[in-house]
Amino acid sequence: MSNLQVSLYRYNPETDSAPHMEEFEVDTQGRDLMVLDVLHMVKEQDNSLAFRRSCREGVCGSDGMNMNGKNGLACITPLSDVVKGGKLVLRPLPGLPVIRDLVIDMGLFYKQYERIQPYLQNSTQPPSIERLQSPEERDKLDGLYECILCACCSTSCPSFWWNPDKFVGPAGLLQSYRFLADSRDTATHERLSELDDPFSVFRCRGIMNCVAVCPKGLNPTRAIGKIRDMLLADAT
Amino acid sequence: MVTNITNLGRSGVSDWLIQRVSAVVMALYTLFIVGFLLFSSDLDYATWSGLFAQTWMRIFSLLAFVSIAAHAWVGLWTVTTDYIKPAGIRIAAQSIIILANFVFLVWGIQVVWGA
Amino acid sequence: MSNMRSLSFDAIIIGGGGAGLRAGLELAKSGKNTAVLSKVFPTRSHTVSAQGGITCAIASADPNDDWRWHMYDTVKGSDYIADQDAAEYLCTEGPKAVFELEHMGLPFSRFDNGRIYQRPFGGQSKNFGEGGQAARTCAAADRTGHALLHTLYQNNLKHNTTFLNEWYVVDLVKNANGDVVGCIAMDIETGEVAHIESKATVLATGGAGRIYASTTNALINTGDGVGMALRAGFPMQDMEMWQFHPTGIYGAGTLVTEGCRGEGGYLINKDGERFMERYAPNAKDLASRDVVARSMVMEILEGRGAGEDGDHVFLKLDHLGEEVLGKRLPGIVELSKTFAHVDPAKEPIPVVPTCHYMMGGVPTNIHGQAIMPDAEGNDHIVNGLFAVGEVACVSVHGANRLGGNSLLDLVVFGRSAGMFIDNALNAGIDYLAASQSDVEAAMARINRWNESEEGETVPELKRELQQIMQNDFGVFRKEENMEEGVKKLAELRGRIAKGYLPDKSAVFNTARVEALELDNMMEVAEATAISALNRKESRGAHSRYDFPDRDDVNWLKHSVYFPVEKTLGKRDVNFAPKTVDMFEPKIRTY
Repeated sequence: MSNLQVSLYRYNPETDSAPHMEEFEVDTQGRDLMVLDVLHMVKEQDNSLAFRRSCREGVCGSDGMNMNGKNGLACITPLSDVVKGGKLVLRPLPGLPVIRDLVIDMGLFYKQYERIQPYLQNSTQPPSIERLQSPEERDKLDGLYECILCACCSTSCPSFWWNPDKFVGPAGLLQSYRFLADSRDTATHERLSELDDPFSVFRCRGIMNCVAVCPKGLNPTRAIGKIRDMLLADAT
Repeated sequence: MVTNITNLGRSGVSDWLIQRVSAVVMALYTLFIVGFLLFSSDLDYATWSGLFAQTWMRIFSLLAFVSIAAHAWVGLWTVTTDYIKPAGIRIAAQSIIILANFVFLVWGIQVVWGA
Repeated sequence: MSNMRSLSFDAIIIGGGGAGLRAGLELAKSGKNTAVLSKVFPTRSHTVSAQGGITCAIASADPNDDWRWHMYDTVKGSDYIADQDAAEYLCTEGPKAVFELEHMGLPFSRFDNGRIYQRPFGGQSKNFGEGGQAARTCAAADRTGHALLHTLYQNNLKHNTTFLNEWYVVDLVKNANGDVVGCIAMDIETGEVAHIESKATVLATGGAGRIYASTTNALINTGDGVGMALRAGFPMQDMEMWQFHPTGIYGAGTLVTEGCRGEGGYLINKDGERFMERYAPNAKDLASRDVVARSMVMEILEGRGAGEDGDHVFLKLDHLGEEVLGKRLPGIVELSKTFAHVDPAKEPIPVVPTCHYMMGGVPTNIHGQAIMPDAEGNDHIVNGLFAVGEVACVSVHGANRLGGNSLLDLVVFGRSAGMFIDNALNAGIDYLAASQSDVEAAMARINRWNESEEGETVPELKRELQQIMQNDFGVFRKEENMEEGVKKLAELRGRIAKGYLPDKSAVFNTARVEALELDNMMEVAEATAISALNRKESRGAHSRYDFPDRDDVNWLKHSVYFPVEKTLGKRDVNFAPKTVDMFEPKIRTY
């Protein structure tokens, strides 16, 4: 037997007055499973455990959670990366309301994403074929468009914890810059003027937790720096 | 766009820029004062008041005081909006900070430019 | 029951993947009161996992490319049971749909001249198979599905589509005339069950790969649309046709795009031999998927498989160099490091054919209208019901889908269903409202689970179903095994009907969702099994030991599974495209 101790954050609003940690034991047979596999094994022991999951390969962004203190995707995080002292501690992503167990209410996160108008805006008539874009122009979108909206970054960001209603947060700002950087987008000035307040962009303190946790290896802090440079150039 | 009426520059960029420029002024002023203290061989009241009797030093000092006030306001305004969530307490705290800033600024001007 | 909330829309779309979002966008743009119901937040839908690209003759890689060549490949790939009017529509409308995606902002990779990058994919040719390999698959690196799904979601936000996210549709509601007039759906977050009325109900629920133990599909691909349509008594078409993707990562099942072979990668057996040269001397590794998957299984069965158990082969990519891998296949590098512990720039990736795509589904016309063929083979339109994407069988994929044609299918037919419903709504739709008893009928199974007090639990029943499908209905099929499988499934159906849901709580009860999904998986599995047993030939993805050859005399037909009688009928394939001559069935070689 090679038992893994799993400590899980539990909260069911119908029966619990407050959240608590619950201990489980899982027999991994010595394999270096993904954290999501362990969750499925726990769910077979206790059918009432709630968590989100979909693609199980790190592209849908459903199963962001806090594993032994660090945010990440359960499906692509092997136990060997997170388990300390033979124990796996799983909590919901911090900073947003918990609906049940590991499931959080992502409403504010999505609202901030929607706020940055996450769609291409181009005031010119489209041609009958595609709009042309050079490979160099397209390269500028690399490291931006790959975001999967898992919220690992924004929920690891202290500035987002304090002001989730006003600070766009790393995920939203990364997408904001994805459109600012797109050679096909013509709404640059309008986009910038929507961000020119002390909260939306400027609450970023360069803590860089977002960079440390992004499961896709993206760099929101750098994108925020670029937005700030554009705001400065636009306003001075 | 998040609207605010209590931040200094009314926009994020201007606050950000004020914070950086004021920091540079404060740094230069500090360097100058520290350098003056270190390199003045026999520092006495006459040398010290002589320094502040010169117009350029008075202007430099005024600039530093204004920078300190602006820097403090931008920084402390941010702190209050981060950590003080009840609006009443936040406005009260911001008022006290503004008042203190104002008093220190006027006092500083009076010390350097007065008499 | 009487206090159940009722919501009303002009049109509802069940499923927030590529097809559902494209249909929703079309309706939202024209200001129709449309709701997209999705059991997951839309960008978590399985479209997000599509990698290699969207195949379409936009004449970028080759300025002389022609949609007729694409249509030829599609029909040949389907082993000649794609409906040729539908394949024609797919290939002619395709470029419009792809350019629209680009205008919406999809970040396609580019050629130096600024046009959309296209890569070679399996089964592609120029000049009706005479001009060599074509490069027709438009790509955003190897994350085309992700880029497409996010772009569509973003444009739905732009046009204010109503989203009911994390709502699970339990069953369709039919009125006394048999028209579909809405559905019963559960808000997963609160557990509230509501009656949703609609003049047009679009199934866009995707595939059901989870009925197999080993699949590239997401955990959410449980065939919900097929399940609810079958329970409502609607027939399914070509359900025996399941695509096994040649390159699922051995052990994990995660997909490695065909684009790897398009970019120059190839398969090797344990001796390092490029075995596809023997099976498909011309197209080699870019033969169509059914051919490659069968060849891999042959290699394994003949003892040339790799590993301790000799049960997989390898995909070799290291000769492409780190730069090409980093630029064109960055996601694959990531996936194979995570799931195979292999850096493809240095070592080959262990791969095995893995269940990937359901070619069958709800029979529809090119407007997405569901068709109910009767026992005599006559088509009848089902009022109020539409299907688009993987859940639909238009059929453009026939017995084997070509790589890159699924994303095109989503946007072309999502769009066409949206346009058709828009016009129909403008002209006015009026069906008899559902009665109390119609609504109660659709509540039956959720009530059953809620009242269950003992019995077997969902995970064990599900595992058994997946094992049956994996063992008896895989790449190669045998009569005895399939007969046994059908029996085992019938027995399993009885046990699932007595299954037990221990957790009856309301808020975010994922156990309840999984129980409801299991009912649907059971429906899909049984339809697959009975269809496979009764199509007595080998065609496309359906390969039988006992009937190894294609039988055009008896089986140049769609199969139609009737759920009430549990019997298999036939339906004519369309051989009448509007603007070109039909493609005659030929012996299929690559």
